Amino acid sequence: MDNRRSNKKAWFFVLPVVALVAFNAIIPLMTVVNYSVQETFGNNVFFWEGVKWFEQVLNSDRFHDSLGRQLIFTGIILSIEVPLGVAIALTMPRKGVWVSVCLVFMAMPLLIPWNVVGAMWNIFALPDIGLLGYALNSIGFDYDYTQQPLSAWFTTILMDVWHWTSLVVLLAYAGLRSIPDAYYQAAKIDGAGAWAVFRHIQLPKMKRVLTIAILLRFMDSFMIYTEPFVLTGGGPGNSTTFLSIDLVKVALGQFDLGPAAAMSLIYFLIVLLVSWVFYTLMMKNEGQ
Amino acid sequence: MPLELKNVVKKVGADTHIYDTSVELVENQFNILLGTTLAGKTTLMQLMAGLETPTSGEVWFAGKNVTGVPVQKRNVSFVHQQFINYPHFNVYENIASPLRVAKISKKEIEERVGHVADLLKLTPMLGRKPSELSGGQQQRTALARALVKDADLVLLDEPLANLDYKLREELRDELPKLFQDRDCTVVYATTEPTEALLLGGNTATVHEGRITQFGNTSEVYRKPSDLLTAEVFSDPPINAAEVELASGQFSLNGQVNWPSASTKLANGSYKMAIRPHYVTLEQNSEKALKLEGRVLVAELSGSESVVHFEVEGHPWVSQSPGIHAIEVGQAIDFYLDTTQCLYFDDNDKLIAE
Repeated sequence: MDNRRSNKKAWFFVLPVVALVAFNAIIPLMTVVNYSVQETFGNNVFFWEGVKWFEQVLNSDRFHDSLGRQLIFTGIILSIEVPLGVAIALTMPRKGVWVSVCLVFMAMPLLIPWNVVGAMWNIFALPDIGLLGYALNSIGFDYDYTQQPLSAWFTTILMDVWHWTSLVVLLAYAGLRSIPDAYYQAAKIDGAGAWAVFRHIQLPKMKRVLTIAILLRFMDSFMIYTEPFVLTGGGPGNSTTFLSIDLVKVALGQFDLGPAAAMSLIYFLIVLLVSWVFYTLMMKNEGQ
Repeated sequence: MPLELKNVVKKVGADTHIYDTSVELVENQFNILLGTTLAGKTTLMQLMAGLETPTSGEVWFAGKNVTGVPVQKRNVSFVHQQFINYPHFNVYENIASPLRVAKISKKEIEERVGHVADLLKLTPMLGRKPSELSGGQQQRTALARALVKDADLVLLDEPLANLDYKLREELRDELPKLFQDRDCTVVYATTEPTEALLLGGNTATVHEGRITQFGNTSEVYRKPSDLLTAEVFSDPPINAAEVELASGQFSLNGQVNWPSASTKLANGSYKMAIRPHYVTLEQNSEKALKLEGRVLVAELSGSESVVHFEVEGHPWVSQSPGIHAIEVGQAIDFYLDTTQCLYFDDNDKLIAE
């Protein structure tokens, strides 16, 4: 029996979503695709260039350098923020009045806008008048983020850890809270120690939220722009010129729209690919 | 020597969860804790297991005072209502986990896990993860973990409550057999009087942090020591009413009269309780007395009709075999089997049956 009727009006219901996705994603993306295969000198005159810009970007040392910096930065960020976030979540109280206090404190950095974070640390870390910079220098560290690449990296990483570890904490804490007490009792009855409880109950039970946390932190840190831009503008030299800073320099600084478009597409594909591979691997054997 | 609670009290903050409770479980048998949700069954089990320490009082096991001895130092296993297994271990590893902690040889672990898996029909599932199992299989795995340990005390906290009807029946039939040849005392918590009756053994009725009675299950069911126990151990709820005794005749609402079986009772008023299945739509015995009621709610439970009705403003419940067409608001006759009445005094203690 086939009771289905063709109902053309149903299309109207999906129209808003189609429109949203079109304006939000497809049209801007196609514009970029359009630029990436053509050359323009303004006046709306375009010349077909094929994959020339892609070849140029992929072969340029400049792109390799910023991609390399980006990968190292994201790697460091993830390897600090994820374990630290989990560790903090584990030490947070499970019930009582302190829960809300902890949660409010944890949420605070997340409420501060990116450029404010950059500006705050910019001043906080100044070697002559900033509290952090002055303190570091006075205890004997030669620290100046405006001059030394290492100091700039240290500040950028510290700033990101300060800003975003909370997100991992909140997600991990939510994961921990969802574990019924009965699991802990069962572990106690088995005589399992704290490490075994973490390894065999808490970690597997947090797997889903941690996957999301890592994905979010990967994507966000891979696209980091505002904070290093406000802090040092990508310097000293090119030392904190990450992919998106580089991209903006190419597109708006030099107005090379073709290479910039090709670079954005490559950038986009890297984020997409890494996220997809990671998610697929983590969710394998997960059942429903 | 079995487990014994001696004057155990459990307070959490200002709340008393368990009032002064003393009970001696029967060794190598099923000991059922019957009571509604939040009656204190789980707290009692946690006190027995050593997951909680009593605020005052003592817990004795096998002739030794084990108050304050943590659970991992006692040979105890516990099965929860939720299906608790290690999420990333397969069934084999899950069952083996308590043995691995106990550092038992690999060969023995293999033997014992194999044996228990066989008993619980888990052998084909040994390689699977808990997320790939049905609810029934997950709970079998949890039961297997409890069995493999050869614990002296096995606590089952509503283990069948989260299973669907069919699986519950199946596993309930198997449970007593699983523990039959083992030297272990089993404590089984349930909210369902029917389940207690099906499992047999001994039953403690639990109500608001107190054990109201403990004894042989059918004994407690047939002769509840007080009205509260009768209420806890009845589903649908037991009927209770005031009756007057005068010159050897009980009377209910001045309308229905029947002779008292006991000559010892003094004249006066008593509380009478009768189980719903002795209040029927059909007259099953000549002695059954007619009660005129008005139907409040009529429902079917399996092949039985459960009718809630009122007599002079007092609610009653009747449970009769068969499916009857009954309408709400209808005036209808019910039949009271007065030989099955229980009588209680002013303090709600059973004085005659």
